[in-house]
Amino acid sequence: MKSWSWLAGAALAVLAFGTAEAQETPRKGGVLRMTAPYAASFGSLDPHVTPRAQDDIVNKAIHRTLYNWDTKEGKLVLELAKSVSVSADGLTYTYKLRDDALFHNGRKMTADDIIWSFTRIMDGSKGYPAARYVRVIKGAVDVEKGQAKEISGLKKIDDFTLEMTITDRVDPGYYFFAGSTAILPKEEVEKGNFASNPVGLGPFKFKEHIPGSRVSTERFDKFYKAGKPYLDRVDVMIMAEAAARDVAFRNKEIDTSILGPAQYVAYRADPQLSKGILEVAEMFTRSMHINLSSIKPFQDKRVRQAINYAIDSNLIISRLVKDKAYRATSWLPPSAAAFDKTMKAYPFDPEKAKKLLAEAGYPNGFEFEWTTSQNESWGLPIVEAVIPMLAKVGIKAKPKLVEVTVLTELLMKGEHQSLIASSLTGPDSLATLRCYYSKTPRTACNYTGFNNPEFDKLLDDAAQEGDMAKREELLKKANNLLYEEAPVWFFNYNKAVLAYQPWVHGLQANPTEITHQYPEDIWVDAKSPAK
Amino acid sequence: MLLVLGRRLANVIPTLLAVIALVFLLFSVLPGSFISGMNEDGRSTIDPAVMERMRKEMGLDDPLLERFGKYVAATVTGDLGTSFRTREPVTKMLSNRIWPSLKLVLAAMTFAIAVGVTLGFLAALRPGSWIDTASMVGAISGLSLSQFWFGLMLMYLFALKLQWLPSFGYGDGGLRHLILPAIALGVGPMALLARTTRAAVLDVLNADFVRTARSKGMSERRVVEWHVLRNALVLVITIVGLQFGSLMGQAVVVEKLFAWPGVGSLMVDSVFQRDMPTVQGCILMIVLFFLAINTLVDLAYVVIDPRIRYQ
Repeated sequence: MKSWSWLAGAALAVLAFGTAEAQETPRKGGVLRMTAPYAASFGSLDPHVTPRAQDDIVNKAIHRTLYNWDTKEGKLVLELAKSVSVSADGLTYTYKLRDDALFHNGRKMTADDIIWSFTRIMDGSKGYPAARYVRVIKGAVDVEKGQAKEISGLKKIDDFTLEMTITDRVDPGYYFFAGSTAILPKEEVEKGNFASNPVGLGPFKFKEHIPGSRVSTERFDKFYKAGKPYLDRVDVMIMAEAAARDVAFRNKEIDTSILGPAQYVAYRADPQLSKGILEVAEMFTRSMHINLSSIKPFQDKRVRQAINYAIDSNLIISRLVKDKAYRATSWLPPSAAAFDKTMKAYPFDPEKAKKLLAEAGYPNGFEFEWTTSQNESWGLPIVEAVIPMLAKVGIKAKPKLVEVTVLTELLMKGEHQSLIASSLTGPDSLATLRCYYSKTPRTACNYTGFNNPEFDKLLDDAAQEGDMAKREELLKKANNLLYEEAPVWFFNYNKAVLAYQPWVHGLQANPTEITHQYPEDIWVDAKSPAK
Repeated sequence: MLLVLGRRLANVIPTLLAVIALVFLLFSVLPGSFISGMNEDGRSTIDPAVMERMRKEMGLDDPLLERFGKYVAATVTGDLGTSFRTREPVTKMLSNRIWPSLKLVLAAMTFAIAVGVTLGFLAALRPGSWIDTASMVGAISGLSLSQFWFGLMLMYLFALKLQWLPSFGYGDGGLRHLILPAIALGVGPMALLARTTRAAVLDVLNADFVRTARSKGMSERRVVEWHVLRNALVLVITIVGLQFGSLMGQAVVVEKLFAWPGVGSLMVDSVFQRDMPTVQGCILMIVLFFLAINTLVDLAYVVIDPRIRYQ
């Protein structure tokens, strides 16, 4: 916890776990009972309609996207295509699609399905959330604006060859692995009740949805990966209440459960339960966004650095967050390719904080308002613990409590002085760092109003760089510069913890979202009590 | 009877309109919107252009009065709008949830009446006895219990320790999954009914007409069956009606705890995500249920107490 080596050790442990799992022979059959913990219902089973993590838990079983996140490799891989070639200018991608991917209605997927799905997403009258991804394809914006009916950047060469021209030199994998870009069969969607009867390309067919209770799926025997899936059925049970999940898990009524800080402590202390814990540093950075244009002291880098030095983040993580987080050493999370493993977090050094404040012209400190929600891991309890630490260096923070739903709106309006929140910081490092690009509006994600020409240049150069290794190096420099400029208090990266029963095998420590498992890889042994 | 029914129904319409207006205005002044709420603790991001389109699609930029007018006009025709979150008709979402909610409320009330009224009656017939003391201690405890805590204790005991019942979920809709949430929801009304029944029966037992009946040589059993029970029932039915009507609204905590797919859990989710059409639909449903039960209780008075019939 105290150093980067701890996190590396945890990553190795996860890797070792994966290897050990791979040596066992998967058993066919059985039922997996996963949990959906983020709300008391699913938004929609039509993946284009919903960007929510909760809904993607089911989507991973029923639907498929052009790319997938490979946890073992730690990178994006092709899912619905066998290969891809890129033009010299890095803007045209030619995909050789799988010719063995069948929808659950028995029809083979072709290039037309991808074109239709992306065109549907760009229907400007609907405001489909994934439009933000598809917009990277040339001509997609014209469809969104109603100026064209087809996306000019998508061209069918033949049934199983698709040419995609994009507008920026980015890796399209980052755009087309999100569940909300799933490839759907037009004929099924046009029937009009797709959300009640979803049909996809995934390893499991939709069986039943009891709204507010569960979704049941059953094995799709014609799934394109040979021998998979192993399970007969995957049930996703809605369980928003942590205490209830705990009882159900201990009672062996569910096979996986997300743990909160209090449960994490209890499970780690239990000799049996501690054997079934999967941990990963998810791509979420918890931080206090400092609105640089709100009050004068915040415009001085030394003041922002002083805040980082004045807070004993390690103490808060161990005492309040119960070690269910990794100390943030910069903005990008450890799973990002551009993450600098040699970086060290701001040490707790109140004397240095005082010195910096004095140098900046605030020897007696200053006062600011700190907007927060009630969240136990990055909300009011954290703010209350930090206030006395800041007070010791003369900074007076006044908490302002708001509902979590309001946070994003406040950030977009820029009416906050500072605001503590959890931000998605991966897997696309370039897109993540663009939240600090001076031309990125506050309404997009430049919530601090950061404006630094050196940072902008690094991002511009990275965006133009065709060599991926060089690009990552530039992004690493940008991330390090961000650390130095400290437009936020770098608090922690979420440590997502998934408890699983001893009979469950093949789970992956997915850093993009640990609840998003690829159920075709999961199997249960004969000890599973589920029927 | 018809007059009572007519009067009650005439009151329903303004009550419903007031509730609709209140909920609509409340959600209009609350900070945050469905679109900003989609961020979901930083787990999802929506870009500004998409947000703009969604706002237009959902009519969130229209003037408040215009939106309210449209909503009332549609509601009158039975159209409760389209959910922001699922993009499905709210009536369809509610139709999926109403039966589990009714089932839970009916089961909870059955438990409350069966246990509460019986305990109250026994306690009143033997005041000062151990039954009286035990049932009243139980009643006071039941009134003080937090549904959440009590539900967890039920889960712990009957699911985890005794392994008799499942701890959560709807299962196949059978009785096994219903028992624990119904008890958790019914314990409050049960306690209230026990205390009310005891007080009502004691009151009637000391009434002049009961003394007269006894002095005429009527057996104690006959006194209780003919005089006490019927007279005490008026007060008990009032409490049953009020509790029954409000139970669907109270079920929110229990439904969420036990992952029960009722109207309450749908409403909570929709409130947090600012899915206004769904929240309004849920509240409308709960209010309608409350008003319907109250109307039925008013009619029951007429049947039970002939004096009310002639007023």
